[in-house]
Amino acid sequence: MQSHILSIILFTPLAGALLLLFIPKQNKDLIRWVANLASLLGLLVSVPLVPWFWAQRYDPGFKFIEGGSNNWIPSIGAGFHLGIDGISFLLIMLTTLLGWISILSSWTAIETRVKEYYIWFLVLQTGMLGVFMALDFFLFFVFWEAMLVPMYLLIGIWGGPRKLYAAIKFFLYTLFGSVFMLLGILFLYFNHHTLTGIYTFDLLALYQTAPKIEFHYAVWLFFAFFLGFAIKVPMFPFHTWLPDAHVEAPTAGSVILAGVLLKMGTYGFVRFSLPFFPSVVMDSRVRSWMIGLSLVGIIYGALVSLMQKDMKRLVAYSSVSHLGFCTLGIFALNPAGISGSVLQQINHGISTGALFLIVGILYERRHSREISEYGGISNVMPVYATITMIMFLSSMGLPLLNGFVGEFTILQGAFMENKMWAAWAVSGVILAAAYLLWLYQRVFFGPVTNPKNEKLHDLTGREMLTFAPLLIAAFWIGLYPKPFFQILEQPVNALVQTVRPGYPGAGAPVNAGVLPPPAAAEAAVVPTPAAKGTN
Amino acid sequence: MLFLDHIWLLPLLPAFGAVIMFFFGRKLSKPAVNAICVGLVVLTFLMSCGAVYQYTQFAHGTGQPFEKVMYTWLGSDTGHLAYRTTTGTPVEFKAQVGFLLDPLSAIWLLFVTGVGMLIHIYSTGYMAHEGGYYRFFGYMNLFMFSMLTLILGNNYAQLFVGWEGVGLCSYLLIGFYFHRQSASTAANKAFIVNRIGDAGFLLGMFTIAWYFGSLRFTEVNHMARVGGFAIGDPVITAAALLLFVGACGKSAQVPLYVWLPDAMEGPTPVSALIHAATMVTAGLYMVARSNALFVLAPTAMFTMAIVGAITAIFAASIGLVQNDIKRVLAYSTVSQLGYMFLALGVGAFSAGVFHVFTHAFFKALLFLGAGSVIHAMSGEQDLRNMGDLRKRIPITHWTMLIATLAIAGIPPFAGFFSKDEILWQTWSSQGGAFRILWYVGYATALMTAFYMFRLMYLTFYSPSRMTHEAEHHLHESPKSMTGPLVILALCSIGAGWLGWPHSLGGSDRFAAFLAPVFAKEAQVFKNQGEANQLAAGEREEEHTSPTEYALIGLSVAAAGLGFVMARMAYSRAQRGFREPIATASQPFYRVLYDKWFVDEFYDYVFTGRRKVGGVRLGVMGLGEASSWADSHLLDGTVNGVGWATRAFGTLSSWWDKWIIDGLLVNGPAIGAQMLSLPMRLLEWGLMQWYALVMVLGLLGFAVYYVYR
Repeated sequence: MQSHILSIILFTPLAGALLLLFIPKQNKDLIRWVANLASLLGLLVSVPLVPWFWAQRYDPGFKFIEGGSNNWIPSIGAGFHLGIDGISFLLIMLTTLLGWISILSSWTAIETRVKEYYIWFLVLQTGMLGVFMALDFFLFFVFWEAMLVPMYLLIGIWGGPRKLYAAIKFFLYTLFGSVFMLLGILFLYFNHHTLTGIYTFDLLALYQTAPKIEFHYAVWLFFAFFLGFAIKVPMFPFHTWLPDAHVEAPTAGSVILAGVLLKMGTYGFVRFSLPFFPSVVMDSRVRSWMIGLSLVGIIYGALVSLMQKDMKRLVAYSSVSHLGFCTLGIFALNPAGISGSVLQQINHGISTGALFLIVGILYERRHSREISEYGGISNVMPVYATITMIMFLSSMGLPLLNGFVGEFTILQGAFMENKMWAAWAVSGVILAAAYLLWLYQRVFFGPVTNPKNEKLHDLTGREMLTFAPLLIAAFWIGLYPKPFFQILEQPVNALVQTVRPGYPGAGAPVNAGVLPPPAAAEAAVVPTPAAKGTN
Repeated sequence: MLFLDHIWLLPLLPAFGAVIMFFFGRKLSKPAVNAICVGLVVLTFLMSCGAVYQYTQFAHGTGQPFEKVMYTWLGSDTGHLAYRTTTGTPVEFKAQVGFLLDPLSAIWLLFVTGVGMLIHIYSTGYMAHEGGYYRFFGYMNLFMFSMLTLILGNNYAQLFVGWEGVGLCSYLLIGFYFHRQSASTAANKAFIVNRIGDAGFLLGMFTIAWYFGSLRFTEVNHMARVGGFAIGDPVITAAALLLFVGACGKSAQVPLYVWLPDAMEGPTPVSALIHAATMVTAGLYMVARSNALFVLAPTAMFTMAIVGAITAIFAASIGLVQNDIKRVLAYSTVSQLGYMFLALGVGAFSAGVFHVFTHAFFKALLFLGAGSVIHAMSGEQDLRNMGDLRKRIPITHWTMLIATLAIAGIPPFAGFFSKDEILWQTWSSQGGAFRILWYVGYATALMTAFYMFRLMYLTFYSPSRMTHEAEHHLHESPKSMTGPLVILALCSIGAGWLGWPHSLGGSDRFAAFLAPVFAKEAQVFKNQGEANQLAAGEREEEHTSPTEYALIGLSVAAAGLGFVMARMAYSRAQRGFREPIATASQPFYRVLYDKWFVDEFYDYVFTGRRKVGGVRLGVMGLGEASSWADSHLLDGTVNGVGWATRAFGTLSSWWDKWIIDGLLVNGPAIGAQMLSLPMRLLEWGLMQWYALVMVLGLLGFAVYYVYR
């Protein structure tokens, strides 16, 4: 069971989608039940992973490995190779959880073409899980691209009034970045052949050869990958597809888009950019650009959020700000920064996922997302107002809720590298309070001024069920994040050792496992260029 | 050591109350809410007393802190979040949940739980007729949890947890009447302005972690004391200044004080507990807690003294003319907090803490008394519509009078001792380096006495200006409200005696109790031979000076003068009376009445809520500009690229159709066709024609050869 757990998690949603194919499309409730059970099953099969992973959290390298290199299309060296470490483990758990929640939240929201909707949603789920599990670049790229199609259809068919514009923009923009990434992948592939005489897309093999690429090539490669990932994250100034996609997407689509899809970009940075091009990411010019864009993203996203009139657009821009924190943490390139960043990615999935659910609930009742349409909602929907308040506080980083732990750790990591980075980033924390509290005041406080809002009903049991796991997770991470840091310890330390050997803290580099011992020993005693950056 | 070992229960008890209110409060009756919320806070108070008593047994007067670490909160405990400190030592970043009890936190613990308990009891009367009763008490219990987390935490991170927690409760309680626009706006303002301070606090905390490699108070203080840091160390100065920015937010100092007066939108017990007695002193607690750092940063101390003095006189000047009874008290609170920062800034830590302690009682009493007045007047808060309440609500009157005497600095009431100590320290510390600030403090004392007696005269003594309606409903408050007033009045008399100075034949037990926390600073100075800084920590030697008696006399005279001036101006105030300041100078009165137009200035320049001649500045201005840039420039570029691609496609398709296919492919074809035209005239494909031409040709040849 343990040896195939990843495949089981990966294909359970797809199996559900296949099952749905055999149900007549008039049978809407049956379709809903089957889809919900499939996604719940998808969550349940991922639960045993928790104790199993916990038991081996400190073991080096990838765990639960399935398949191997070159076993899928041997002629080109593509393999069906799966495996996870602490980073992908957390993102997989987030994906299965949010997948279940968003399918549950669609019960009444989707009335047209129900069957296709759920099928595409489950296909999307498999695509996202595959991205986080793949240890083969070919396989990774297949999942990365495969997942675009269902999302494109979800926005384009079940979206709002400008759905076609948004869907095409989303698709083309992301594809544009992926093309450059593909070029980068091919360069690494042929480079590996040049060095070793073997054609393979296997990640573990490429980890060995990619860092050997000369700096002036590696810079170009880094930026090829950067385009692919930065558009996905999205980093400023590649973010403009995001608000349109969010505003037009159905609620569940937004939850998945913000909760999981954006994380694929940051995951790409952590999984590929850092270990492939350690000399480039440590280059002070490249790093300044990355940090600069992150800081601009944090502040700019928050400022634009402040002035939005549409709730969903506001939350979308707040994502730009929050993801700016994530990339800031990654390029701080120390344990606190990267661990905080991964944790913040999880937190963002929880909080912003909940925020989109929250907006969706009002939209489903009133079919408007204009802030000015509302006011005094806490009078008519007190439970809803309370949950919203908690999620807002979590999103703005109040201690004892999840957002604080991530932001604080990222800021701490950034501060240790450069005082000014933390000083600029901290202003995003102030602005987050401003745009969220102002939104809360306009929507929830005051008397009910719009007669259409007088008879809104409070949350149903199903809706509360969608929030319950998110609330529990928010408090858990806020009160006791230690297990998360322990899960992240091994992979993050390995990354830091790869990028800046000799950084304090235990752990071996990502490519240490396969290196011959002398080289590993050499890596440990290499004079540390990193020490400059620490103070 | 039952209580001491279970010190973690102190914050958890009220947290438990808050959780019950959150889940079940809606279904509980008012007596049940009282039993749970008030009962838990009373229990907390009793256990706090037990804990402090056991602490004194534990420490035997040495001031040795009691510390209990519970679990690692932020961090992996396995060395994961490693970084290097300035010296290059690798350390692990972690923040624990732990508790620390020493004389400083013991004092805060006692007055927070004590005053908190009284205000909870008072609230059962005050809020009896309000909606959302359980919600109110749930928030109040949550506040007690946060405040106790703040003062009992053993590291900066946990202090910050409590810090943000009290900020949240303040937000929730200011916005308690959320249907009022002004209340929710004030709540937002409080939270956001505090966040600006929090940003400074966070950066200060990171600086400490980076410099000392720890966030634990005991470790940081130890290192600061014995680490051989130079006085004026730039990093420590930066850390101290950043922490002070945080303190400015929470403790309402210039320029971040603007939220506190607006916070009076909350119910009055909230103003008493959070915005007068406890939460606003968190900044002072944090500074006093970091005293080992601050003494190494004279620049930060100097800044603090100046800011404190400016705040004190600035807020007092606004308080002189306000007409809302709670606003007067709010500005008075800001002013008194400035006083306390002045004390800390001149190095008189224990005098500052002493003033926090006495102020907690008399300011809570003043607010609760004001609440009792408002309650009696059926919600009226305007001083101009009061008067002659002395006989009608006698208990409120007497208790408020005691508090007024205390805040004005009349001996032997509590405020006299603490305020006098601050003024004396300001005069004498560091060889008189701060003497100019003494004049500021002295003027503030005079103004304080004036506005407080103005409030008393307009409320209780002057002829009645009440509406008939209000007069009809006038009643003294229930026992649940007057009881706490009486107890607080006794404290307002007696609390000062704990710090009866040596010069007046006392033993200053308060300073002696705190000495272990602060006296080490004197030792630091001694070791480093800083003679003039020594005065900051040592005061006994100078206490024999005749100057001190002269200054005591002067400050009592100021209080008396304030009283006389208020009496002359307001004892016969009829309806429509004129303010003496307005009589002297109407424009000046407007400026004071409109609070020096600071809010307007901030709205124009920083928030951008008001436009300057059609242009929005400040954050909202930036927001608008960014939004515009986003949709026009950035998204415009993206759409532009898309449009250009399409245009290029259209152009290509045109090119393909007309140039490639038209000119280059079909062109030669057409050319060939054209060229073939003459031939086509002949060659039109009719067989008979060809036959005819052939026959005619043959005929032609035949004729040619025949006739040649």
